[in-house]
Parts: sequence; C-alpha cells; structure tokens
Amino acid sequence: MTDPRLLTVAEGLGEIAAGNMSGDEWFSAYADTPDELGAYLWRPQGDDRGPLPATAGDLAGVPVAVKDIFCIEGLPTTAGSRILEGYVPPYTATAVEALLAAGAGVLGKTNMDEFAMGSSNENSAYGDVRNPWDPVRVPGGSSGGSAAVVAGGLAPCSLGTDTGGSIRQPAALCGVVGMKPTYGSISRSGMIAFASSLDQCGPFTRDVRDAALLLAVLGGRDHRDSTSIGFPAPIALPSREDLSGLRIGVPRELSSDAEGIEAGVREVFDRAVALCESLGAEISEAHLPNARHGISAYYVLAPAEASANLSRYDGVRFGLREEADTLDEMYERTRSAGFGPEVKRRVMLGTYALSSGFYDAYYGSAQRVRTLIARDFAAAFDDFDLLITPTSPTVAFELGARAADPLAMYMSDYCTVPMSLAGIPAISIPAGTAEPDGGGPELPVGLQITGPAFSESLILDAAHAIEGAVGFDHRPKLQGSAS
Amino acid sequence: MAEELSGILEHVEAIGGLDLDGVEPTTHVVTLENVLRPDEPVPSLDRDRALAGAPDSAAGSFRVPSPQA
Repeated sequence: MTDPRLLTVAEGLGEIAAGNMSGDEWFSAYADTPDELGAYLWRPQGDDRGPLPATAGDLAGVPVAVKDIFCIEGLPTTAGSRILEGYVPPYTATAVEALLAAGAGVLGKTNMDEFAMGSSNENSAYGDVRNPWDPVRVPGGSSGGSAAVVAGGLAPCSLGTDTGGSIRQPAALCGVVGMKPTYGSISRSGMIAFASSLDQCGPFTRDVRDAALLLAVLGGRDHRDSTSIGFPAPIALPSREDLSGLRIGVPRELSSDAEGIEAGVREVFDRAVALCESLGAEISEAHLPNARHGISAYYVLAPAEASANLSRYDGVRFGLREEADTLDEMYERTRSAGFGPEVKRRVMLGTYALSSGFYDAYYGSAQRVRTLIARDFAAAFDDFDLLITPTSPTVAFELGARAADPLAMYMSDYCTVPMSLAGIPAISIPAGTAEPDGGGPELPVGLQITGPAFSESLILDAAHAIEGAVGFDHRPKLQGSAS
Repeated sequence: MAEELSGILEHVEAIGGLDLDGVEPTTHVVTLENVLRPDEPVPSLDRDRALAGAPDSAAGSFRVPSPQA
C-alpha cells in the first residue's frame, strides 16, 4: 500500500472498508511524523492523548486536526493567546463532538493567529507556522496551522474558523480546499468567540469531495447556539464533471479592479474563468458596487464585537492572572501581559467604535454598509447561480513582509470579507500556481466560488467540476522525508 | 500604536462619505425568528469543574483582590 499520509479522507475510508488499513494505522502515520512547520500547538504524546478514532460512523477512523480555537474537554486550548496558556476546558465544542460522534479522532490542536485575528499566523503567541510550499513564507491566517497540516502531510483534514477569510485565505496560500459555509449552518458552541455575527467554522481538505464529507457531518441545529440552523437539505456528495447550464458571474470589483492583485494571481484567475467557460458555464461580468467598502465595514464590526467578546479574559474565571493589590490593577496587568499587539489594537479600535458619540458614525454606518453589500450579492444572484473571484490578492508572502503594517495585512482579506459580511457560503480551491510579484517560487493560487445562503451543495458540485479540469496536484508536501 | 490606529481609522472612515440614509442596519445575516424551547431544568456544569480553571478560588467562588487598596 502507498504511504497512508497520501490518502484523501475518501480514499482512507475506502482502504479501511477494504481491510487494507486500520484507523489506528492511519492515525499513527500522521501522529508519528515530526512537525517541522510549527503547525501544531498540541499533539498526542505517549499516554497524553485526545479522542482516538472509532470504528463506527460516517468518518470512522478519520484523523482530524482541530484549530486551537475549539474547546475539547481535557485538552489544552489557547486560541493562540498567552492569556489562555494552560487553560483546559471542561467541555467539547459541538462541531468537534459531531466529528467524534462520526468516528473521527483528534490528531492535534493547530496553531493560529491570536483569537483568530490575523492573515499570516504571525500573531500567534506560540510562534510562526511555515508554509509547506516554501518554509520562509506564511501559511496565511488566521487558521494557518489547520491549512499547513493538510498541505504538509500532517493531517488529511482539519477544522478551522472563518470570520473574514480565515479559512479561505490560508487554504489558497497553502494549495488546499477550504470552505466557509453559510452563517448559522454549523454550531458555534465551544468555539471561542471573536466576532459573533461573522464567525463560522468549516473544513480544510485536500479535495472537494472530502469537504462535502466533513460538512455533511458538521452541519446541524444546536440548542447551545441559538443562531445555529443547520442545512435545510443534506449536503450532497459532488458529482458534476461540467458546468453546463450554470450562469457564473465574475465581479470586477473583486477581480480585475480589486486592490493589490498580483500579476500571477490575475493570470491564474483568468485561466480559471476561461476553463469554466470551456466546461459549459455561461460567464459574464457581475457587479458588487459596494464590495470595495467591505474591509472598512469589517474593521469596524469585527473589532467592535471582539472588544465585547474579549472582556471575559480578566484573570477571574480562567487563564492568566497577573497578581496586583486591587481588582482594577489586576485586570489591567492581566490584560496587558496576556494579549498580543494585534488583539490590543482591535480591542482599542472596537471600544472606540462603540463609544458614545462615535457609535453611529462607525458601528451604525458599518452595519448599514453591511446591508448594502448583502443587497449587492442578492441582486447578483438574481442573474447568476454562482460568482467566482480570486481568493487572495497575492500568493503566500514571506514571513515578516507585512507584519509591520496592519493595514497591508488587512488587505489580504479584500476578496473574502464581503461574503462574510453577507453571511453567504464560499469555498477556495487550488486553481494553479504562480510566482509572486518580483519573482520567487511557484506558489498556489486559490479560486473562490460563492453562492446564495445554503447553496453549499451547488458550490461543491461546481468546485468538483472545476477541480477535475484544473488537475492541481493535491498530494501533500510530506514532512520528515526527502520528498 | 497611535500612528497605526490613525491609519486604520482613516481607511475605515471612507464609509463616512457614503449615502446611507434610509438603509437599515444589519445585525444578523440569517432570517431567524425568536428561538424558543421548553423551560426544562437540566444539569449544568458542576461547580468544582467550573472553578477548576480559575487562577484563585475559595469557598466555592472565584476569589479576586479587593476593589479598594
């Protein structure tokens, strides 16, 4: 048999069903591979183990890596922050419970930007993650570890979260599939909150079929999250080989006119558009006139919600405490020592945006822009079944390249933020490779496909057809070997 | 930090120039009516387990420094 680390989730399930491999063997093949990427914050070691794969269920035997933002009972959970160092939650997130109930086992907790704030994973309090395609480059963020483990042969699939692009952008930069489903389709219970009106969890996989397998298990209504509604119909396994009969729109505002699109990304995207046409899709230009205000609205709304959500880290109930003589002093010292610079920046921005006198100008306006962006999408979906854009304006950039300029970092999410604001589903699939502006190695480029709320099965179907035609080599860059 | 925040605010303030009169604010993207359930008591997290992660606790409660010096 081939190296088990090369198998997709569907292939692994097939090998187990055929009796060629056990779930334990599959799990060990990954667990025994050294993590040279800095992608894991916790992995099983000796007797210190998390939930192991089971032998019954739709995902029986499937090893899965989980972003460190999900609580798992008995396992350390930090959300990439010093303020939660040593925290061990007393319960398990509903999304993780769903995977475990389906027979999956936990390969580890993955590194991430602190409280999911970042686009390069450089905001983690526990070190950088390296991109498996080129170790001097970032994996994207905030779910950088979850993308890197799948691209680097350290897990066949993983769980991430996406608030403004935190699944799709790292998936694009690491050459894997990442999907953010419709807001509310998967429970947020046990998922540490960043911006509650935007946060949504989703899978990283090596191909589109695997993404469907995981989504089918993850979706559902949960009494512990009153905003969860599940999927109205079961997720169908993708089968399309062409795009005939589909009307696909290309919004200029998020492609040719988008800010900071690299030449190589543009070329790969143009080829993908031509490919969709050759697959039978009816392609024309779409318009999202307010999409360019997405970043501005997002960087009011997300920090505002974060400033409220993060008030719970006060040294009283869990996590870090810096001792002091008075309560106020204890709060101040704890939060000063526990939060990193990006989190502090956003808490200050958010608090300012919510302060009396500024509330309407910032938060109120941003909520209205959110309405305009959602209306733009609704109007576009009158004419189109799906829209396609590049996922990220650039390929993976070098570690440190954007770390000093927060605004430049925020622009990484230019093409992904509008869908988050509208709450609609979107997937990123590898569309090819390109050199960065200024030269360098060939690096993966992501294609983003989005559709109306709860159109996941259609998106997956179209993504499957495009994936087949692109023919991207989705085998992982194995670690701990010469290959 | 102050310079960075000013740069971000400047960018964000671009939306101040938009005509937003009569546009309803979006607080929630998915249409959801009130979510109701029967009010049935169920066991909640055990007190000791809830306190297990606390930096300091005493007599079944979280313990903090005095509000006053």
